[in-house]
Amino acid sequence: MKYNYYPGCSLEKSASSYDVSTRAIAPALGIEFMEVEDWNCCGATEYIALNRMAAYALTARNLALASKNKESDQLIAPCSACYLNLRKCNQYLYDDEPLAKNVNIALAEGGLSYEAGSLRVRHLLDIVVNDVGYDAIQAKVTKPLTGLRIAPYYGCLIVRPDFGRGKHKSHETTFDNPEYPTSLDKLLKVLGAEVVDFPYKAHCCGGHMTQISDATGFEIIRRLIKGASDYRADMVVTLCPMCQMNLDAFQGAVNVHFKTNYHMPVLFFTQMIGLAFGMSAQEMGIGTELVDARPALAKIGVEVPPPEDEGTVKKPKKDDKSLPMPRLE
Amino acid sequence: MAETATQARAPTFFQQVIDATPGYSNLEMCIQCGTCGGSCPSGPDMDHTPRTLFAMIRAVEVEPSMKERILRSNTFWYCVSCYHCMERCPQEVHITDIMYTLKRISVKENIYDSSKAPDFSKTFINWVENYGRAFELGLMGQHLALHNPFGAFKLAGMGIGMVTKGRMAFTPTPIKDVKGLKAILAKAKEIEETL
Repeated sequence: MKYNYYPGCSLEKSASSYDVSTRAIAPALGIEFMEVEDWNCCGATEYIALNRMAAYALTARNLALASKNKESDQLIAPCSACYLNLRKCNQYLYDDEPLAKNVNIALAEGGLSYEAGSLRVRHLLDIVVNDVGYDAIQAKVTKPLTGLRIAPYYGCLIVRPDFGRGKHKSHETTFDNPEYPTSLDKLLKVLGAEVVDFPYKAHCCGGHMTQISDATGFEIIRRLIKGASDYRADMVVTLCPMCQMNLDAFQGAVNVHFKTNYHMPVLFFTQMIGLAFGMSAQEMGIGTELVDARPALAKIGVEVPPPEDEGTVKKPKKDDKSLPMPRLE
Repeated sequence: MAETATQARAPTFFQQVIDATPGYSNLEMCIQCGTCGGSCPSGPDMDHTPRTLFAMIRAVEVEPSMKERILRSNTFWYCVSCYHCMERCPQEVHITDIMYTLKRISVKENIYDSSKAPDFSKTFINWVENYGRAFELGLMGQHLALHNPFGAFKLAGMGIGMVTKGRMAFTPTPIKDVKGLKAILAKAKEIEETL
């Protein structure tokens, strides 16, 4: 199965383990990714706060580039925020003719065009559970995650908004329930894990809120970590780089803020698939979490070798041709 | 003021919000039930719940001073874009999209109580407009320097952690066709001005 692949900015660096693990498990799942040539940022939740037409043109440039590839009419995004922006842009250009016309006038300046609705935008999890399927995955499990208690965490943008419930009957509904999704639960069970009925599984991680009002942002993160901890989960497994960063990288700051002592590792579902397929922790990019996942993974006999250069800041290469920036040394 | 038949009526603020929202907003459908505020993860920290804000938008027509109170509200800047309200709204009001519309009006008219959130968006987008992709280290550095230079220590652990784990790039990576992207965005902004 061939798909256009849009990794998104987070997967380049801050969530590179998500990209690494996704690409590593793809052959076993029978998936072939064709990365969108010269893709740009989807605009996150920021551009639409400043300029409507520029925000839609920015996102639409990716749709236009992906639609040039006639080998597949499907576009896959592993990041929920990218998925939402691409899906919403595709939908609103279809609903709003003047918007589509104006966006195409702008795209023409870069020699591009896009016919609204010609691509189908899908999340990576949708592909894994619906196109590959639970049975095919189960058949490949060689090291089941037996004994590991996992809180499946979907976050918001993979299941919401559900355009399909609207008055436009032609709209595609989301692939899972917008309030109580279960696809990741089923997937993790197939991998052999013990899945907790996580009540906050489709709640928000706070997005960029830590940067706007840390008290509000930290409280949203605290509820999720506390929930997973109360349910005695060994780890949270997610499918969005923003959720992973908020729950993992900000967990220390949240602990300081609330004088708590949570230690809840947060991994990506692709990493769990790889481990269950018998791939090594290194191949899955495990070890880059800020909350150490080693004690939890030891339960299933997975060893994570400490990185050689742990504790030192990686220096940029000497022949780096990118623009000079202040270096943290 | 009496209105003559020949005088075109300026669009109300209510209509302005509807027109500036992509797709369809359904704002006119709000029945003031409050499901939105009750579903909101940051609702308790908002100056007004979305429901209240929608009533205020309608009220601008009879009480023009209400507009500034709306734009100075922190509500839409505290929206985390989770779409829970939009999913649960019995009238299918596109609440999250309306929040973004209010952000844009607030930025365009330069009316807000705190510039922290608008500046965050501007800093983020500045990197995207010039390189085509987001640049987290530059964004966090600039944002902290601008708005929280003395609070940076709170997040120092996180920043150092991200850097030592190799999760923060030191330099932005430009896309190949930055020129084409800039031309597209310039044209899009030009069109937006005429609407």
